[in-house]
Amino acid sequence: MVVATRVISYREALNEAIRLEMRRDPTVVIMGEDIAGGAGIGHVENVGAWGGVLGVTKSLVSEFGRQRVLDTPISEAGFIGAAVGAAVTGLRPIAELMFVDFFGVCMDQIFNQGAKLRYMFGGKAKVPLVIRTMIGAGFGAAGQHSGCHYAVFTHMPGLKTVAPATPYDAKGLLIAAIRDDDPVIFFEHKLLYDTTGEVPEGEYVIPLGKADVKREGSDVTVVAIARMVHVALEAAARLAGEGIDVEVIDLRTLSPLDEEAILESLAKTRRLVVIDEDNPRCSVAADIAALAVDKGFDYLDAPVKMVTAPHTPVPFSPSMEQFYIPSPQRVIDAIREVV
Amino acid sequence: MDIPQEKLRWIYERMVTIRRFEDRVAQEFAAGKLPGFVHLYAGEEAIAVGVCAHLTDRDYITSTHRGHGHCIAKGVDVRSMMAELFGRSTGACKGKGGSMHIADVDKGMLGANGIVGGGPPLACGAGLMAKVKGTDQVAACFFGDGAAEQGTTHEAMNLAAIWKLPVVFVCENNLYAESTPWTYHCAASDIASRAAAYDMPGVLVDGADVFAVYEAAGEAIARARRGEGPSLLECRGFRYYGHFQGDAVTYRTKEEEEEYRRRDPIERFRKTVLSQGLVTEDELNAIDEAVAREIEQAVRFAEASPLPSPEECLTDVYVDYPVAQLAFRH
Repeated sequence: MVVATRVISYREALNEAIRLEMRRDPTVVIMGEDIAGGAGIGHVENVGAWGGVLGVTKSLVSEFGRQRVLDTPISEAGFIGAAVGAAVTGLRPIAELMFVDFFGVCMDQIFNQGAKLRYMFGGKAKVPLVIRTMIGAGFGAAGQHSGCHYAVFTHMPGLKTVAPATPYDAKGLLIAAIRDDDPVIFFEHKLLYDTTGEVPEGEYVIPLGKADVKREGSDVTVVAIARMVHVALEAAARLAGEGIDVEVIDLRTLSPLDEEAILESLAKTRRLVVIDEDNPRCSVAADIAALAVDKGFDYLDAPVKMVTAPHTPVPFSPSMEQFYIPSPQRVIDAIREVV
Repeated sequence: MDIPQEKLRWIYERMVTIRRFEDRVAQEFAAGKLPGFVHLYAGEEAIAVGVCAHLTDRDYITSTHRGHGHCIAKGVDVRSMMAELFGRSTGACKGKGGSMHIADVDKGMLGANGIVGGGPPLACGAGLMAKVKGTDQVAACFFGDGAAEQGTTHEAMNLAAIWKLPVVFVCENNLYAESTPWTYHCAASDIASRAAAYDMPGVLVDGADVFAVYEAAGEAIARARRGEGPSLLECRGFRYYGHFQGDAVTYRTKEEEEEYRRRDPIERFRKTVLSQGLVTEDELNAIDEAVAREIEQAVRFAEASPLPSPEECLTDVYVDYPVAQLAFRH
């Protein structure tokens, strides 16, 4: 069967995933601040005003109405908790936490309620909830709107965590997340919304917990997350000219972690560099380095290298912000140390 | 008030079950048979029972750390509750929750909650479900006077009001948040009047009078079922035990405790129904005996039940997740 594809943006791919799932399943609802926008204002009541702060949920309200596309007050603890309660009682809510940095105001509802209810209730409850949230530096948005923080959620039992790097993955992973019966935190990098790629029309699912080899290579394995996949690919392209053959693994899902894909690649290349835009302490990068040392020690011919953000908040001024974000050059330098 | 006889017997039976259950838990706890710690509901029976008398299994409630009474009022099996407190595999949560997370979603009981103010947003979610699906289900949200000061409670009341959700907020003002009197921690002269801020009805009720609670809750729940939105009830009550078992209760005077015991909700119920000839003394005594047997059987059931296997620790975290990653390098 030939599946029609076309080139669309990461933003459009996410919108399409939500739209298709809302058509397919009447229990899917979406809620968040300004996700339609202009609630209660006559001339935009049926069309929405914003469609999300960066337009991901644009025009959903026109098709599904205000009953299923719910603008919320700026009240994250209230509506994220309501999404948890709705998930336990029979809906499949998608809640949008506008910026991941806002987790501070609603973490109890995510961590002590959503993540733990099933366990504390002895398996009697299901929490089929997706929290979509925006991550990443590079926008000049400074300390409270630029973090990644996916390590915080990956640390927590009961949650699954997903961070797509391409439009194709964004759509297939979001559909999988919506259909999943566990709570999934879905991290969208704000610098990726305008990137484009081939995306099939219609529904398809990319299973959670499966990494993807974005570039095959034999000399060194680079494991990357979200936008850092593109940084890794750029570094790999530049090193190819020098005869260094880099394999790039896109984790796609952070919890559960595709340990097999990492170890398999490591068995082949015997060298590992991990790139992570999150802060380094107790990070996903550190977790993967620990995995390599614990389960892949015999494969290793060189120390494991981590290329991460520094242990600082995200700075505002572009000169410092660019210093903060792992660059292709830093990845190249790390690779040179190990090959 | 016109309450069917069968309902009157149910109200009495539930209130007595809660009282005997809690008194027995206090005993078993003192004997060192229960792990962890417990917060007992004795004295506040009229609130849970007066509210839940209007609910079916399809309706939902959220609860608090002091949740045993809510469970019993909502129809959770007493044997599975006792087994849960004993940490046994036959417990309502298979021994994974204990007193502070005791739950039975099939009965519409969305869990006791160890986080003060954890429940109100969840109740909004249950209400939202009913609204989206177009059912007439309602959610009753029990919270204490301590939780009345949490942001989540206020966010939830606002959300329920703007979305007209079928949620009834039931503040159980038992006068003390742990050891802190509500007159200290609350800036308002009563909690019910805060309803005005969310444009919903707010009613102050004597929480030791099950007839008063029944009537006020009936109105609020009927309003919610009609799709007219949330209400707030403040039920003033008194917990006979301390905040937790082991609390020396130095913050209350003996006189205060005696005064509240004179208003005991179960004794008052008995007096009212007997003086009005609604239920006979023999019927009430028969209920007392049946409840005593049920509690005794629940304890025997719990004690005879096995502890969960240690590896059971690794189940029920997710619906679907690689087992090796749950065990990790354990």
